[in-house]
Amino acid sequence: MSEKFRLDKGGLINRNKKLSFKFNGKKYSGFEGDTLASALIANGVHLVGRSFKYHRPRGFFGAGVDEPYAIVQMNRNNEVDPNVRATEQELFEGLEAKSVNCWPNVDFDIGAINNFLGKFFPAGFYYKTFMWPKSFWYKVYEPIIRKAAGFGEASIKHDKEKYEHKYEYCDLLITGSGPSGLASAYAAAQNGAKVILAEDKSRFGGSLLTSEVTIGNQSGKEWAEKIISELKLMPNVIVKNRSQVFGYYDHNMLVMSERVSDHLPKTEKYIPKQRLWYIRAKEVIISSGSIERPLVFGNNDTPGVMLSSAAKEYLKIYGVLVGKKPLVFTNNDSGYETAIEFKKNGIDPIVLDTRKSPNSEIIKEAKDLNINIKFSYVVVAAKGYKKVKSADIAKISDDKKNVSNIENIGCDCICVSGFWTPTIHLASQSGNKTKFKDEIDAFIPSQSKQKETTLGSANGIFTLEETLKTSFEKGSELSKQITNKENKIAVPTVVEKKSSNHDKFWCVPLPEGKNYKRFLDFQNDVAVSDIQLALREGYRSIEHVKRYTTLGMATDQGRTSNLNGLQLVSDIENKVVPQVGHTTFRPPYSPVSIGAIVGREIGKHSKPTRKSPMHYWHEKNNAVFVDAGVWLRPRYYKQGNENLFEASKREAKNVRQNVGVCDVTTLGKIDIKGPDSAEFLNRVYTNAWLKLPVGKARYGVMLREDGIVMDDGTTTRISENHYHMTTTTAQAANVLSHLEYYLQLVWPELNVNVVSSTEQWAGAAIAGPKSRDVLQKLFPDLDLSNEGLPFMGYMEGNLFGVNAKIYRISFSGELAYEVNVESDNGNYMWEKIMEIGKDFNIQPYGTEALSTLRIEMGHVAGSELDGRTIPYDNSLDGLVSKKKDFIGKRSLSKAAYVASDRQKIVGVIPLDKKTSIPEGSYIVKDAKAKLPNPKLGHISASCWSVEYDNPFSLAIIKDGRNMIGQKLFAMSPLKNKTIPVQIVSSHYVDPKGERVRS
Amino acid sequence: MLHIKCPHCGLRSQNEFSYGGDATVKRPELNKEISDQDWDNFVYLRKSPRGKHLELWQHISGCRQWIKVERDTLTHEIFKTLKANEEV
Repeated sequence: MSEKFRLDKGGLINRNKKLSFKFNGKKYSGFEGDTLASALIANGVHLVGRSFKYHRPRGFFGAGVDEPYAIVQMNRNNEVDPNVRATEQELFEGLEAKSVNCWPNVDFDIGAINNFLGKFFPAGFYYKTFMWPKSFWYKVYEPIIRKAAGFGEASIKHDKEKYEHKYEYCDLLITGSGPSGLASAYAAAQNGAKVILAEDKSRFGGSLLTSEVTIGNQSGKEWAEKIISELKLMPNVIVKNRSQVFGYYDHNMLVMSERVSDHLPKTEKYIPKQRLWYIRAKEVIISSGSIERPLVFGNNDTPGVMLSSAAKEYLKIYGVLVGKKPLVFTNNDSGYETAIEFKKNGIDPIVLDTRKSPNSEIIKEAKDLNINIKFSYVVVAAKGYKKVKSADIAKISDDKKNVSNIENIGCDCICVSGFWTPTIHLASQSGNKTKFKDEIDAFIPSQSKQKETTLGSANGIFTLEETLKTSFEKGSELSKQITNKENKIAVPTVVEKKSSNHDKFWCVPLPEGKNYKRFLDFQNDVAVSDIQLALREGYRSIEHVKRYTTLGMATDQGRTSNLNGLQLVSDIENKVVPQVGHTTFRPPYSPVSIGAIVGREIGKHSKPTRKSPMHYWHEKNNAVFVDAGVWLRPRYYKQGNENLFEASKREAKNVRQNVGVCDVTTLGKIDIKGPDSAEFLNRVYTNAWLKLPVGKARYGVMLREDGIVMDDGTTTRISENHYHMTTTTAQAANVLSHLEYYLQLVWPELNVNVVSSTEQWAGAAIAGPKSRDVLQKLFPDLDLSNEGLPFMGYMEGNLFGVNAKIYRISFSGELAYEVNVESDNGNYMWEKIMEIGKDFNIQPYGTEALSTLRIEMGHVAGSELDGRTIPYDNSLDGLVSKKKDFIGKRSLSKAAYVASDRQKIVGVIPLDKKTSIPEGSYIVKDAKAKLPNPKLGHISASCWSVEYDNPFSLAIIKDGRNMIGQKLFAMSPLKNKTIPVQIVSSHYVDPKGERVRS
Repeated sequence: MLHIKCPHCGLRSQNEFSYGGDATVKRPELNKEISDQDWDNFVYLRKSPRGKHLELWQHISGCRQWIKVERDTLTHEIFKTLKANEEV
């Protein structure tokens, strides 16, 4: 198909580079510099999609971010990209795209039956219809609605593209490179300010690219090019095209999405597809311009009806005619610019002006060009299904209430102009209290909350002269406040045509007996009748009307529909628009891909991975790793065909029989120094710390102020004023913050310093009856006898040339030691332990065996210290001092905490001694009781006891101390299991703790 | 994202800080008799004012100091930031 609607010359496209592309499987051609929209229009394609609700044929309405219809699904380099506006997608060789929201295809769409059933789809249709029967929702309604809804399909494949985040700081961020953006950026840059100028299109210049104006002695477009090229050369200016500032957040933080590679057939290596910029700006200039408003008339959604500014843009930028028999329907002078442009290119337009007898330079120019102009005329309805074929036009009465003299005239497009709406989204997002400006029938920013200034047509200023003057001034003024420099710039003289006033008329009344659909929101299919119905049904607040009818809730955020909707509500309600108010604008201004938001933080990169210094040894020795917070820890070391259960059993057994070694580097470690350290620990822990001698460790429990156990661990007195605290792996960061809180805010008089030393030490726990033998060979010079280094003792030693700290502490219940060396020596230590331990049958053990060992011993860990338990619940009440005060003590006397049937930790064994009890199972008295079966508590941890060779679990249950010996049931509805169990003591192995002291 | 002036480090982005709640709450002194009601008020009850609020933040990814921030909960305006030992 040839480009029948492409002019022979003109436009800013590169005619030397022809590109081919596919749309809905069909091949077309275009030029470099085209958008998908301009290239399709050049080929005469106007049917690009189906509407959301009624599946009516839809074409192009705009030429940029304002486009409500032309949303396509891109297939780029074997990746799908839904929700792409054809008006923003730049053409590249081999581009492939297809229509969305139609099935089986855009030409023959089954959903279009909705159009004929239209009377059954009124406002609030979904709320009204799918309410009953209730059981139909999940199985019938929802799947159908889901299938019918949405624009395009997201890929279910992993996205191969890369996305990046970037942080930037600047003095001035300027959003939009039209006349106000360019002038303010230039003035600010001249004053030495650090400026970022963002333009969402590929071309800089905004309205200057399409308007017939002179600045100085240059055309608007030439002036824009000159300013941009100068800005690009300045080191203090960042100029970005294809970059949409879509969100204005607190404290002048703005987020911008840069489409780095979307205009290319393929993303280049080392280059992201999109980049998200987080910009903290001292001042923001919003120069986002304005968007033309539609006029509302019958069937105004027919393909071929479009904004007159868009028609002009297709002509002037792309050299494309949107039609060859154009009708221009306007209530202001802007429509004439489009008409004149048509005429200059040899096309005869007809202008329908709603005004009775306007007069201005541009109207005179149109008259001089012999353009056919009909004043006091309107389009009543567009005719044609998949494309405009003709229009019913009529004379409108002076009071604009009645139409007469209806006639049908042939046309192939209708260019509408209902005046301009300032783009105030960013200003509104910043918290600006907007105000309604009567002269332009639209809202403009008024009272700033943050440091933002809106300039140019975004601020309701529609003359170039005033825009440039105020923008140069503001750019200079704002930057001067920051840089203290001022380079005076002479404002160039401007030649532009003066406009006459626009007509406040925007919605054509229906002729008698006609029931045309007149659309307000083109993307969500909201018609005038829907708003009328909503108001009849009693909706008053504009926020409610919006949600009920979905007006302005589509991905275009009501850019073309909001004001007309407000006008309609205010007309019906007999209020003025400012009383109705406008709905809230929220980020993002236009859709942002999830990929860009996530950036590089995907998969393994979503959080850091911490590895111990011995990690590579574990890896080499067939460790199977498990995520423990951000750490990777060996779960078990696989031998042969072992599974997790077999391996962990073997490892745990070896600890009980011989000796095992476990990497405990991940434990949190905090170094505590200062003369008041003992007093501080005494306040932090529940037990007494003042009399702990140097060279001794003590187990401690710390609470939150509400009495809940926060963490446990051992702390060792290294010297008089120096302590080494260990925390659980998971709570390390919280405990440090907790200590800092009390030292800095509550007891600043205590002379204590705390610092994390987790990463400074590598740790190995050597546990088992033969651990002393191993240790003795590692440190032959030390007296490691039970007297020399008793339980909870501490010693320093020399491990084959490296300094080591030896703590006689045990988590496994066996005779055990923890050896710490500086991290760099961790692997050296580990290899020495393995080498020397060989004679004693040493085996490494992972977290699974570690759990087994602690569970059989009744030692509590994270699954018991779950933020819901107090010391008593964990049988830690023996560690709670009655004499001294400490953090959280006062809470422990709360009635619920001292109740006689308070929950307590117990051991649980299945009666058959075979069935493992799933963690999380409920403990109940009667397995057959009526639901909801009262639950006594839950299984917090389960293991296979290697000591007794049967399953063993820990549970925290109501009145636990009186439950020992009882026969109850463990129920897991999730696994559909009911297991008869016996309650025993939680100290299943070595209840007297003789082994650790041996 | 808020921009918070750490009194020790200068202006930093919110993601370097963690929130610490009402800064006007005083922990009851140790070893002092206190009624159940007063203790519960200290542990659980916090005002949630609309407007000016003096609150604690910790510069966890910076100097690790706890600081006081006087912030408007409605507008997010920050009027003042103080070191832990300073009073408004």
